[in-house]
Amino acid sequence: MAVITTRGITKTYNPDTIPVHALNGVDLDIEKGEFTAIVGPSGSGKTTLLNIIGGLDRPSEGKVIVGGQPIEELSENKLIDFRKDHIGFVFQAYNLIPVLTALENVEFVMLLQKRPAAERRERAMELLRAVGLEDKVNKRPSELSGGQQQRVAVARALAPKPTFILADEPTANLDSTSTAQLLDIMAELNHRESVTFLFSTHDQRVIDRARRIVTLVDGRIDEDVQQSQPATS
Amino acid sequence: MIFKLAWRNIWRNRRRTFITAASILFAVMFASVMESLQRGAWNNMINNVVNFYYGYAQVHQRDYWEDKSLDLAMPLTDSLQALAANTEVVEAIVPRLESFGLASTGDQTFGVMVVGIDPEREQAFTGLADRLYEGAYLKPGDDGALLASGVADRLNLGVGDTVLLISQGYHGVNAAGKYPVRGLIDFPSPELDKQLLYLSLPTAQYFYGATGMVTTAALQIRNADALPRLKRTLSAELDTTYYAWHDWTEMMPELLEAKALDSAGNVIVYLLLYLIIAFGIFGTILMMTQERQYEFGILTSIGMRRGRLGSVIWLETVMLGIIGAVAGILVSIPIVYYLKRNPIQFSGAYATMLEQYGFEPIFPAQFDWNIFGTQALLVFIVTALLGLYPLWRISRLKPVEAMRA
Repeated sequence: MAVITTRGITKTYNPDTIPVHALNGVDLDIEKGEFTAIVGPSGSGKTTLLNIIGGLDRPSEGKVIVGGQPIEELSENKLIDFRKDHIGFVFQAYNLIPVLTALENVEFVMLLQKRPAAERRERAMELLRAVGLEDKVNKRPSELSGGQQQRVAVARALAPKPTFILADEPTANLDSTSTAQLLDIMAELNHRESVTFLFSTHDQRVIDRARRIVTLVDGRIDEDVQQSQPATS
Repeated sequence: MIFKLAWRNIWRNRRRTFITAASILFAVMFASVMESLQRGAWNNMINNVVNFYYGYAQVHQRDYWEDKSLDLAMPLTDSLQALAANTEVVEAIVPRLESFGLASTGDQTFGVMVVGIDPEREQAFTGLADRLYEGAYLKPGDDGALLASGVADRLNLGVGDTVLLISQGYHGVNAAGKYPVRGLIDFPSPELDKQLLYLSLPTAQYFYGATGMVTTAALQIRNADALPRLKRTLSAELDTTYYAWHDWTEMMPELLEAKALDSAGNVIVYLLLYLIIAFGIFGTILMMTQERQYEFGILTSIGMRRGRLGSVIWLETVMLGIIGAVAGILVSIPIVYYLKRNPIQFSGAYATMLEQYGFEPIFPAQFDWNIFGTQALLVFIVTALLGLYPLWRISRLKPVEAMRA
C-alpha cells in the first residue's frame, strides 16, 4: 500500500484575479521506503506539491492520502498533529530553533509528542550520533556550519519516527562535501530506519542518488522513472 | 522546555528586550511616584485638617451626632477616660463640651460656638495656645474666656474686657454668665474665626448646667495608619448601647469627597500615562510579531499547535512584564523613600497660607508597598493583555504564507 497517494491535485493561485496554475492534476503514489526526487525547472510546482503533500497548503482540487488518511478531512489542529506524528520536514534554510542546542532541537518535536524525557534524550543522542554530530550536541545553530545544521535538521525530522520525510531543496545551501555527507546520511537512514524520503531538488548530485525520479513540468508529471543503479558516495 | 524556549527567546534580541522592559519599568516608576506623592499630599492634608479640630475619631452619646444637641451630652466617665490608659492605640482623650450661645457686650450681641476644653489636653492635641496673639492661654479651671479674633472684632472686645454669654443650658435650664477675656486667638479659617469662644471645661459645664458632662471625646492617635486598629479597639471596648464613635470620614465627608474628586481627576492622568506606555509596549510586540512570522510558520509546520506556540510567545511577554514590573518597583522604592524623608517644600503665597493654618508647607510622599504592588500589577496586566495580539496573529497564521514572509 502506498504511503502517499495524490489524485488529481491542482493548485491555482489568485483564482479570482490573474490565475496561476501551479499544479495541473498530479497523480502520484509513493511506496514505503522510497528515496524519491521530484525534479523540474523553477516554477514547475515542486515546492507546491511538497507543501500540499505535507499538509502545509491545501489543494484547489484533488485528494492527498497519507497512510490511508485523506488529509483534507483534517481540521487545522488535527493537521498540525498529523504533521508532527507522520511527517518530518527538512528545509532549504535548515530552520532550526536558534535558541535551542542541537540536542534540544532534535528533542523538540518529541517533546511536542509528549514522549518521556529519558526516551527523548536517548533517541536524540542516537540520531545525532547517526548524523556524525555527537560532539556538537550542546552547540546552538549559530555555532554550527551550514552542513552541520542541515544534519541536525535531518536528525530532527527523523526524531518523531515519521512515516516519511519531505525535504525541499535540502542541499541548495551546501558545498560539495557537506552535500555528499548529507546524502550518505539520508541514504543510510532511509535504509536503516525504512523511512520514506521525498525531496525536491535541482541538484544533480541528489538526483543521481535517488532511486526514483519524478519530473514535473508546468505543474504536470512529465516523467516518472526508476533508476536501476543510483549512484553511491 | 517551553519555559526554557520562552526565556531564551526573550534574550535573543537583547536590545528589544531592554527597550520593552525599560518602558515597563518607567511606567511602573512614574505611576508609583505619582501615586505616592498624591496620596502622601492628601494624607498630609487630612492629617493637618483632622488634627486642626476634630481628630481622627470622636466618641459621643449614641444619638448626639444626628442632632448635636446639648441635651444629648454624656458623662465623662472614668471608663471613657481610661480608654487612653487601657489601650495602646488611643494616646489621649480630649474632652469638649460644645454648644451655641449669644455673646454680648454693651449693645452688641453675636452668636458664637462655645467650646469647653481641658486647656492642657487641647493644647497637646490642636496646639490651640500657638494661635494666641494677645493675652494669655487658659489655665485648668480658668473662669475666663478665649475669643477668636473675628468674635472679638465684632464685639469690639479686648483682653481684660468682659463678655456676657446667654444660652439655653442642659435640659432647658437658663444659662448666663460673665467671663473676662483672657486672650485672643487667630484662626486662618474665616468660618471658625467668626464663631469660636473657648472656656475651660468646668466653667463651660457650670455655664450650661451640665456638671461632669461633655458632648465630645476626641481621640488622639498617632496617625491615620492607626485608624483601623482604633476602630477595632472601639468596637471591642465601647458600650455601643450608649456610646457611638465617628471617624473623620463621617465627620468631614466633604474632605473625603474632595479627595475622591481629586483622585477621579488623576485617573485620567493615569489613563493617559498607561495609554502612552501601552502604545510603546505594543509597538515592540507588533515589531516582534512581524519579524517572527517565518519562525512561527516553521514551528507550526513541524507540529507545534497554534495554541502552544501562542502560549510560548505570551509567556515571553509575561516574562518581560515581570522583569519590567519588578525592576520598576526596585527603582521606585528609593525614589519614594527619598521623597518621604525629604518632602518637596512649598514656597511663596501657598506656603504662607498653609503656615497660617498651622500646617507645614510640605508635600511628602507616602511609602506604601501597596502602591508599588498595585501599579506594577496594573502595568503588568496591560502588558499581558497586549501580549494577546501575537496570539491573534498566530491563530490566523498560514504556514506557507508565513514562511514566504
